Amino acid sequence: MTSETNMTSETNETAPWEPKIIAFLCTWCSYAGADLAGVSRFQYPPNIRIVKVPCSGRVSENMILSALKSGADGILVSGCHPGDCHFISGNMFARRRFPLLSNLLEFVGIEPGRVSFSWVSASEGEQFAEIVKTVTERVKALGPATRLIKKIDQAA
Amino acid sequence: MPKGSVLVVGGGIAGVQAALDLANSGFLVHLVERTAAIGGKMSQLDKTFPTNDCSACILSPKLVECGRHMNINLLSLSDLVSLDGEPGNFRAVIRQRPRYVDPNKCIACGLCAEKCPKKVANDYNMGIGKRKAAYLSYPQAVPLKYAIDPAHCIWIKKPGRCGMCAKICPAGAISFDDQEKDHVLEVGSVVLAPGFSRFNPSSLDFTGYGRLPNVVTSMEFERLLSPSGPCMGHLERPSDGKEPQRIAWLQCVGSRDIHRAGNPYCSSVCCMFALKQAVISMEHAHGEFEPSIFYMDMRTHGKGFENYYNRAKEQGVRFHRARVHSIIPADDQGNLKVRYVDQQGKVNFEEFDMVVLSTGLQPYRHMIELAAMLKLELDADNFIKTDSFNPVASSRPGVYVCGAASEPKDIPQSVMEASAAAAEAGRILAPVRWSETSKKQYPMEMDIHAQPPRIGVFVCHCGINISSVVDVAAVSAYAGNLPDVVFSQTNLFTCSQDTINQMINIIKAEKLNRVVVASCSPRTHEPLFQETLRDAGLNQFLFEMANIRDQDSWVHQHEPAKATAKAIDLVRMAVARVRGEGALPYNTVPVTKSALVIGGGVSGMTAALTFADQGYPVTLIEQSDMLGGNGRKVFRNWKGDAILPYVTDLSAKVTSHPQINVKFNCEIKDVAGSVGKFSTTFSDGQSFEHGVAVMAVGGEPYKPEGKWQFLHGSNANVHTLLELDKRFIDQDASLKKIKQAVFIHCVGSRIPERPYCSRVCCTHAVDSAIKLKELNPDMDIFMLYRDIRTYGQRERLYQEARGKGIIFINYDLDRMPQVEEENGQLIVKAHDPIIDAHVTIHPDMLVLATAIQPRQQSGKNLAKFFKCAIDAQGFLLEAHMKLRPVDFATEGVFLAGLCHYPKSIEESIAQAKAAAARASIILAHDVVPAESITAEVNRAKCTGCGLCVEVCAYNAVSLDENGLSVVNTSMCKGCGNCVAGCRSDAVTLKNVGNEQIMAAVDAAFCDE
Repeated sequence: MTSETNMTSETNETAPWEPKIIAFLCTWCSYAGADLAGVSRFQYPPNIRIVKVPCSGRVSENMILSALKSGADGILVSGCHPGDCHFISGNMFARRRFPLLSNLLEFVGIEPGRVSFSWVSASEGEQFAEIVKTVTERVKALGPATRLIKKIDQAA
Repeated sequence: MPKGSVLVVGGGIAGVQAALDLANSGFLVHLVERTAAIGGKMSQLDKTFPTNDCSACILSPKLVECGRHMNINLLSLSDLVSLDGEPGNFRAVIRQRPRYVDPNKCIACGLCAEKCPKKVANDYNMGIGKRKAAYLSYPQAVPLKYAIDPAHCIWIKKPGRCGMCAKICPAGAISFDDQEKDHVLEVGSVVLAPGFSRFNPSSLDFTGYGRLPNVVTSMEFERLLSPSGPCMGHLERPSDGKEPQRIAWLQCVGSRDIHRAGNPYCSSVCCMFALKQAVISMEHAHGEFEPSIFYMDMRTHGKGFENYYNRAKEQGVRFHRARVHSIIPADDQGNLKVRYVDQQGKVNFEEFDMVVLSTGLQPYRHMIELAAMLKLELDADNFIKTDSFNPVASSRPGVYVCGAASEPKDIPQSVMEASAAAAEAGRILAPVRWSETSKKQYPMEMDIHAQPPRIGVFVCHCGINISSVVDVAAVSAYAGNLPDVVFSQTNLFTCSQDTINQMINIIKAEKLNRVVVASCSPRTHEPLFQETLRDAGLNQFLFEMANIRDQDSWVHQHEPAKATAKAIDLVRMAVARVRGEGALPYNTVPVTKSALVIGGGVSGMTAALTFADQGYPVTLIEQSDMLGGNGRKVFRNWKGDAILPYVTDLSAKVTSHPQINVKFNCEIKDVAGSVGKFSTTFSDGQSFEHGVAVMAVGGEPYKPEGKWQFLHGSNANVHTLLELDKRFIDQDASLKKIKQAVFIHCVGSRIPERPYCSRVCCTHAVDSAIKLKELNPDMDIFMLYRDIRTYGQRERLYQEARGKGIIFINYDLDRMPQVEEENGQLIVKAHDPIIDAHVTIHPDMLVLATAIQPRQQSGKNLAKFFKCAIDAQGFLLEAHMKLRPVDFATEGVFLAGLCHYPKSIEESIAQAKAAAARASIILAHDVVPAESITAEVNRAKCTGCGLCVEVCAYNAVSLDENGLSVVNTSMCKGCGNCVAGCRSDAVTLKNVGNEQIMAAVDAAFCDE
């Protein structure tokens, strides 16, 4: 993938920097909440790229680190509210994995706030839009994530 | 033996739903549609309330399913002309008018319409604009076949004169000799869904309709808004094409009007219809926009409606509680002046660019003729009369009715009734299920093993839902240049039948082995496209969707460039994801043919009987020691029939039914399994295996407190409606002695803590007041209300109450009624806005119309057992508010009654039957599809740590005799928790592995 240009750096030259945020959303609650934000026309910043996963419990530390390595400026993981998990308890495992990962990320120099975790149910379209706004603003304030990205362009 | 087929008359949403439910539960369906295409009124709508869903988008998959269904025989341009026989064995004659186009030859190329010289008013667009005499009703029409309109065709009127279409048709499909045909069908039951017509306001001179071009009906306005309408979704007013900035909506045109229109009933849907149009118009408008609604009472009594109303107010929709006197031209530019009288009697004028008349619903003339031919009783308003406690049964046994033909109603209610009618129609035919049906055969699936990816991308305009924001042509062009993408195109509606058929051909012709559709949400449309892949001989799991509508164009409406860039990213991500996907097996689970019903109220009992009468064993659990629930506490329904005898009779039927096991004082302790095979353990330690479950856990009355207490509980003369009902049921003679009574409406409803309307209390209160008047005609009765919501034919009660001298005084939250007592005497103080004065009443009795709320305990806890969603108020949340009103997103679990939303007893009965009908589709099959996306272990990497076993909530993973992890595929639900938990990367989820997900994530950043 060495010949590919990074869209983030491309926009750098023409427009103000805009972060790109990967959102891992569970199919049953948060993805449905994101759809509801759409049918209700709640507007939010266009910085997130949603990746549908069956359950927040499917999201591994590996996936988050790998997304940061690929160039994500921020990550949002969102699942069902505690107790509402379609897969009984997947979101609770996700919740336990998260603080452990946060400690590791902080240790390797990733600012707290780049990786967020939330609960959004299928009926919370408005909350979803609000969370995306908050996360986008937070990541914008932190600036581009550079810590885990190999700077191919500069090396070349 | 009865016949295993059913006749459904009417191809609107109600008829389509009934046909699908029946065909999917083992009956051959003959669907008879009067016009050239199914879809009905819903196909003409732009958006639907309260979700603002695109109407065509949510309807289209159902129409396509109907059109392609093996067991639905679609007869368009047809009418039922006679029906003989009896339930189980009817003989129906269907007269099919000539289409003059051979549907087997027509390829829907449209050349006939293009060349046809005869222009006629476009009836699909409510007469706005023109179509040709050779026509297709609308772009997503099912069947997608042209027709020739004999009333206008030049050749048919004068043979030899034109014939352009026949000359140009490349398929030779035009056949001017086409003749009327009679089909004789033998069917077991009949479902009528003939729909409704709209009131024609030409007779109301004060509206100027017909004279003033910028006065339009709500249905005409809907077409003006629609992307498939005459202005392609760019709102333009008829006189000069200018974009209107000030629009007025006039409510109750042809409804609630006994003087001029002669329609005493409320049409139920127009308030929400107008609110929706006002909100959607604001979205369409490019500059300043001022919507105003002139109304008598805002009737937002359905689920999610009150919130919609509140949001419309916040968004700037203006509301005038006023009847409009006249609409006159304001100038010679086409602007209009509305003259109206406000609440204080002051005459006002206001200018608008356009006026929309919210015209009422009324029976079709041909429906009345049909009813006469079938010897069905009609009610006073000429709707088909139904049974008080069986809302889908007509007066003729074996003939059922659903939708707005029996009373004006909205789409979810019509859909519920359609499923309920399917339940009734199928009830006596249960023994002959599958006797006349045929089984769908899919083509052999292409073996894609070792083939390089050949990906096809279909980018949807979704009318203008996507293309008004996202540059879909650019997205498609971009996608076409991605590696492995060999085909890319845009479609107006990707889910329409022509596109679906085209997609099948493209997959075959281009030898595609993976498909991406960039359109709406996979939650609603993935099944349709996956089925299309199967029809094309491709494994259905070689498919991904890019959600560029719900999660892009709709949420970035003001940032088209960024939305387009995002759509490009999303498509690239979907292509990257699908590239690594493989064919998966179609797993199945055997169905345990029994049902669990939770809740022994009217809904629960009705559902249980519907299952049991079809021969399925049922366990009904009730938390108390008695069946009947709230039904035992209500005196009579709005039609005046006593409820208690009905409930007593129903309880007796349930307890004596050999197939029903009732468990009292019973609660659920645990639920395991999923659709087809649940295992539920009860509080008594026993357990029950069942294939489906119906939640009918009911609701409870709000107990007045705080500022809504009004001395309830401390003064013996303050009652709730149910407490008054108890006195009616007990025939309390002291009620006659009451001289003055006051009712306060909306106690605990429509307030920030409970921002919904409890739907039934207005009718209940007004009927109770009438009952008091019956007991003592001299009683003075005052109703303190916010909006009177006696929707549908309940409006008659409101008229009757006013006729009896009951006084209605409006209040709002800023001027709440005050209730005090002096030596036990109640004093009610209120402000009367009409005389603009304070009034003080000294009633002997105060009645509070209290809210209905979900059960605090059982609802929430039970929902968790079955993994069902609940809404912000605690009511159970259905899979889709419009078209799946009794299903949960969780398969195999259904809902009915007050746990869904406040509703009347006949609505609960209809919903319970609908829930049982939907559940019976599963029970009618021997197997149901099971999860195909399951975990698998790479044993070379597995270290046998057992973490996957620990995190699996379904006990699907275990360690084998070698200490290595194995997955029991039949128990795996595909959550992927074990994958994320595995520390040696030995477990993966088929098609949702790290490989596919990380490919999608990488693609978000790499412009390939």
